[in-house]
Amino acid sequence: MSTSTASTSTSTAIHLAGISKTFSTSSGDVVALDDIDLDIPQGAFVSLLGPSGCGKSTLLRVIGDLVTPTAGTVQVAGTSAAEARRTRQYGMAFQAPGLMDWRTVRRNVELPLQVQGVGRAERRQRADEMLELVKLTQFADHRPRQLSGGMQQRVAIARALAMQPRVLLMDEPLGALDEMNREHLQRELLRIWRATGTTVVFVTHSIPEAVFLSTEVVVMSPRPGRIASRIPVDLPYPRTDETRLTDEFQAAERHVRERLHAVLEPSTAGL
Amino acid sequence: MSALAPVERPVRLPRGRGLLAPLAPAALLGVVLLVAWQLVVIVGGVQAYLLPAPSAIARVILSDAPVLLSAARPTATAVVLAVLAGTVLGVLASVIIAMFEGLARVVLALVALAGCAPIVALAPIFNAWFGSTSIASKVAVATLSVTIPVVVGTTRGLLTVSETHREYMQSVSASRLQLLLHVRLPGALPALFDGLRVGATLAVIAVIVSEYFGGTSNALGVLIANTAAMSRFDQTWAAVFAASLLGLALYGLVAVVERLAVPWRSATLG
Ligand SMILES: Nc1ncnc2c1ncn2[C@@H]1O[C@H](COP(=O)(O)OP(=O)(O)OP(=O)(O)O)[C@@H](O)[C@H]1O
Ligand SMILES: [Mg+2]
Repeated sequence: MSTSTASTSTSTAIHLAGISKTFSTSSGDVVALDDIDLDIPQGAFVSLLGPSGCGKSTLLRVIGDLVTPTAGTVQVAGTSAAEARRTRQYGMAFQAPGLMDWRTVRRNVELPLQVQGVGRAERRQRADEMLELVKLTQFADHRPRQLSGGMQQRVAIARALAMQPRVLLMDEPLGALDEMNREHLQRELLRIWRATGTTVVFVTHSIPEAVFLSTEVVVMSPRPGRIASRIPVDLPYPRTDETRLTDEFQAAERHVRERLHAVLEPSTAGL
Repeated sequence: MSALAPVERPVRLPRGRGLLAPLAPAALLGVVLLVAWQLVVIVGGVQAYLLPAPSAIARVILSDAPVLLSAARPTATAVVLAVLAGTVLGVLASVIIAMFEGLARVVLALVALAGCAPIVALAPIFNAWFGSTSIASKVAVATLSVTIPVVVGTTRGLLTVSETHREYMQSVSASRLQLLLHVRLPGALPALFDGLRVGATLAVIAVIVSEYFGGTSNALGVLIANTAAMSRFDQTWAAVFAASLLGLALYGLVAVVERLAVPWRSATLG
């Protein structure tokens, strides 16, 4: 079961074995995931990269126990994914922010804590800390619809972090942000990740983002969704804006890009 | 550091004037219609028992103001009780219906069908059950009239949950009760008020019409029926006017409560 990741961690946080997922639709079956094996070590930051429709979101949902795989097993920190979800090990941010209009920004961030039964004062304090982190303190009392899409996405990130989860599952959380906020949140994410030891699975379409953040980049191929290659990123942490300028960073970026193109070409050739 | 933070401003939302602005043209149109009515009656020499002039009706309203006011009291009481009872019953019924997701659509269709029936036609039957001079029979008919649209609106709202919200609540392992309290109920509030606005209008109609068949001696509906029977149509019109004001006031009250209860809705409609 040993994998070739560069991580020094010993225990496995997420263990996927033989995961397949077929969706039955009115227009026939869609094989979203096909026989996926993946071990993610405790404390890793793994990015999923791949063309649209290759099953990244589905894989994330399988890990988070929101989609039941057609075949295969998922283990999270030694237990089943269902148990991990029941004991609230996950913090999730989806492709759509999914905030609730009837709550202010602050109360949206408080929601997971409220569900958990955290007291009012502590809830509020933690929410304010998270809002500080995503630089939205001054919008705490606004309604989600009064914010731009990127700002809403930052609230969703704050909400995902509020529970201080052991496993953070994020589906293109920075996709809607401008470059400046995007890089700021990349740095913040790394800081939180390093401070908490959280295991992160992160879906993105951006190669530089995947390289900058990750201990490992997993490239997926479409139809059916499979893991095409796993690329450890050996750049040292802490990574800063200077890291982006180094030859090592650019070499890693090039490497990931080549693997991604290798995935894209056969499918476009087949069309 | 904060100098580097991008400057972002919230969308500014107009507040307050939303409720009154559309009323101005309506009020103007009302005045125009009243003037036209007055002219038709005077120029056309219409007999007062057929159609009294607005000026004549206004005179009666002023002179009979104390009578109208005391007549409005039992009617308004019945209407308000019915709106409150109908809302509470409607929301409770909706929560119960929505709990059985498989059956909910069927039940909802049945309730919506029942809503097509003229509930107010039951007035004589309810008068027989609860006593025609009691306020109870009026409240009962009107409550039923309110409950049905509230159930239809609220149940639809409770059943319509965004997939992202459902999935998020699932991801934090929220219980069914937490989903109801934090997502379903607040999400259903706008639909509840859509139903309640219809229900409030129906409640006024229901109370007045059941008073036609007998009510506490001096209720508005009784006044309308009695004065019409005596061909005192100027008084009838004055009472109809008072009933309209009652309906309008209730509608305004519901709108104000909606603003307070659903502040995010006014934030988007602007
Ligand atoms: N609930 C569903 N029902 C039916 N088909 C689905 C469902 N969810 C996903 N699929 C299908 O499974 C495949 C993978 O979808 P998925 O959303 O995981 O892709 P993705 O890699 O996240 O794409 P993107 O980058 O565009 O977000 C797609 O072909 C999609 O149409
Ligand atoms: Mg996706």
